[in-house]
Amino acid sequence: MPDVALSGRVDALAALFAILIVAVSIPVTLYALGHGRHGPTFRGSAVLYGLFVLSMLGVVVAGDAFTFLLAWETMTLASFGLVLSDHRRDEVREAAWAYLVMTHTATAALIVAFIFLAAPSGSLAFADWRPGDLTGGLADLVFVLGLVGFGTKAGIVPLHVWLPRAHPLAPSHVSALMSGLMIKLGIYGLLRLGFEWLGPGPAWWGSLVIALGAASAVLGVLYALMQHDLKRLLAFHSVENIGIILLGLGVALVARTLDAAAVVTLGLSAALFHTVNHATFKALLFLGAGAVDSAAGTRDLEHLGGLARRMPVTAATFLVGSAAISALPPLNGFASEWLTFQSLLALGASAAPAALSLVPLLAGGALALTGALAVACFVKAFGVTFLALPRGRGAALAVEAGWPERAAMITLALACVVLGLAAGPVSAALGTLVSPSTVAPRWEIAGAGAVAGHLGVPVLAAAIVVLLFVVVGVARIVGPVRARLSETWVCGVALQPVHQYTSTAFAKPIRLMFGGIVRPVREIELVHRAGTRSVEVVRYRAHIAPIYERYIYRAVTERLVAVSHVVRRAQNGSLQLYLAYLIGALLLGVVVAR
Amino acid sequence: MSDPLATTALAVVHLAMLAGLAPAFSGVIRTAKARLQGRGGPPPLQPYFDLWKLLRKDTIVPAPASAIFRAAPGVYAATAAAAALIVPFLWLPAPLAPWADALVLVALLALGRFALALAGLDTGSSFAGMGASREVAVASLIEPALLLAIFAVGIASGGTDIGATSAWLLEEPARSISIGQLLAFAALAVVVVAETGRVPVDNPDTHLELTMIHEGMVLEYAGRDLGIVQWATQLKQVTLIALLIALFVPAGIGSVLPIAVLAVVAKLAVAAGALALIESTNAKLRILRLPELLGAAGALAALAVAAAVVIR
Repeated sequence: MPDVALSGRVDALAALFAILIVAVSIPVTLYALGHGRHGPTFRGSAVLYGLFVLSMLGVVVAGDAFTFLLAWETMTLASFGLVLSDHRRDEVREAAWAYLVMTHTATAALIVAFIFLAAPSGSLAFADWRPGDLTGGLADLVFVLGLVGFGTKAGIVPLHVWLPRAHPLAPSHVSALMSGLMIKLGIYGLLRLGFEWLGPGPAWWGSLVIALGAASAVLGVLYALMQHDLKRLLAFHSVENIGIILLGLGVALVARTLDAAAVVTLGLSAALFHTVNHATFKALLFLGAGAVDSAAGTRDLEHLGGLARRMPVTAATFLVGSAAISALPPLNGFASEWLTFQSLLALGASAAPAALSLVPLLAGGALALTGALAVACFVKAFGVTFLALPRGRGAALAVEAGWPERAAMITLALACVVLGLAAGPVSAALGTLVSPSTVAPRWEIAGAGAVAGHLGVPVLAAAIVVLLFVVVGVARIVGPVRARLSETWVCGVALQPVHQYTSTAFAKPIRLMFGGIVRPVREIELVHRAGTRSVEVVRYRAHIAPIYERYIYRAVTERLVAVSHVVRRAQNGSLQLYLAYLIGALLLGVVVAR
Repeated sequence: MSDPLATTALAVVHLAMLAGLAPAFSGVIRTAKARLQGRGGPPPLQPYFDLWKLLRKDTIVPAPASAIFRAAPGVYAATAAAAALIVPFLWLPAPLAPWADALVLVALLALGRFALALAGLDTGSSFAGMGASREVAVASLIEPALLLAIFAVGIASGGTDIGATSAWLLEEPARSISIGQLLAFAALAVVVVAETGRVPVDNPDTHLELTMIHEGMVLEYAGRDLGIVQWATQLKQVTLIALLIALFVPAGIGSVLPIAVLAVVAKLAVAAGALALIESTNAKLRILRLPELLGAAGALAALAVAAAVVIR
């Protein structure tokens, strides 16, 4: 039995994640304190909340496998407790259980991976593990186990199903931490596994990560578009963004195999920069959704609307977050997606076999699709929530959040702007964290290798702002005109809230165009007046049937249930039989050990 | 770019040229289309008169709208102008090129679309909401093809810098007819037709709300704001044609000024004629048929990528 004393270690990567955890937790906690004034939920769960943040820090500073797993489990259990805050509702308990079961299965995979990793040196301390210790099939096995273990926590398709269930039902400040930070620790684990604990592996490791990343990104955003619960929509976007992070990470893994140092650095800087950026804008968006939820009493988009007038600060900051997550210039999400594109192109253009080059290049097409769908999704999320007329009483009477909430959201929105403008120095610094190289920080960022593009966010931002003034100036010079208010044209009647396009209607073209993937189902039921043929009520129901649930999870659960039926026969409650099992097990043990 | 002042001066000239030319390009298409259909049509310079009139009229704001509605035309026009500054026109490099490449151009178009689509929802009108919804849906089909085409050209020419690709082609004009370039050109040509909102994807001349995409989204704009939106759309159109020229047939860019001007005018005229011909010989597709057209463009672009990788 190796030594199991707790130990810590802080290197550059751990420091980055620790700083990120603290930096995002501060505004989120400020928000939670302000939010807590309105209800008892926060005070009741304050201990768990603190434990949750501490255990996340524990994961990143852990110096050995035991400490890591201890912190990892504490983090899971604390967040499980926090998801259960509203435990009187059935759906909350169900989501929390799904979360617990899936993450524990994943942790089992991690424990096995750690045992294999620790076996050659006989030590649990990360410092004793040598990248070359495991080779061949064993390394492949550990990589896959790690990918399942960390990937479940990160929310990689198809291991993500717990995420869109658990995140929306937790209190908003907890959702912000879970989506913004906790799932990133899955990425942290994959970085340690792929670049520190294991040596350069076969090229299929990285290619698999790129393919999973592309699938997560596209499916995440497609399913997000189909949601009308604001927080569930955001939760699916976490799946999408984890996919984008994986693209950069996969590029770096393949490039490590090919020994292309510049592309490794580029891929890692893209992945880490997007990790940091997603933490800021996703935390911001969840806090905004929480503010909307408590102000309007609902997060159902079909009952929201017009909140920009009643909650201007929430609206403005949510707009910044929406633009950032949609990768629009000049904000931070744009800069890191640009880097991801460049890393995919750089790997595709590097001297690899053609089949290996096509994976990242076609993933670039998937990333472009993701970006365009994200724009569509946030036009819907922001437009339906904040613009035009309120669709429900709650939205019509909403009041702006208090100052701690507003301060938290403004801080995070500013972070999105600053990280965008400082993309050059920040991404250069991040790229050197895992694989040290000498890249001089500059304001412009560039691609790598044989192909290169370049991006200077500050100049670009300045150009957009100056051009905005030019447009307004030219228009002023041509005609000094006034603006007057008038009614919206709705074919001659006065505009009512029900005339407005709904969230479901907005997504309809995409739902139909991508029907092969999202499988929309609509049911129309006609209720006739008794004894006549005249229709009294038309009930219209539309929903989507996720493919992964149908083909993967249902199949697995059905088999599991069948197996448990078999196992149950041995569990008949008879004490004598159990004693017989014990004696049998003892005898077997003696025979085996002899 | 050693001298910021010279860069700024060049940027002003570059933008003034493109923005000044954009309405004429639209007007020529419209006139050519009318002639092809046996009508007289408006004079080619009509868009200038329209813009002049619109820009001097009061703007009307729908009652439910917020500040987003007022800000959107400016943002849309600023992104179109910034995109215009990325694409080389008469000389190399383009004014914004040292800080922005083809990927930035894609992102700028997305920002403009984001602003206008939000403005559409801001009016509360179901027509504008429908237009916005369709615009973002069509864009999601356009962007993968656009990006794959940029990747295909980028692998062959050595990067996503548009000017560098032009220079690479000017160095050895035969490169224009490589299989990868031809496939990417075909894909990008479809993308440009779709992105500029022309037949068979959208109809810029329609006046029936239910069939409109882009025009439906901006239905509530009037007066000066409508003028800004129209001018920006025209600028975006000419910018995308300039992108096609720069990435595939740059001959003339960077030559002595008269030759450069002559070359670009000739190519723009050919493009206008081609667009007029497409519009006269095709019907607008049903919106749910668009995935076939744009999916084909995406497949062409993917083939272009494969060709660029294999032939490399």
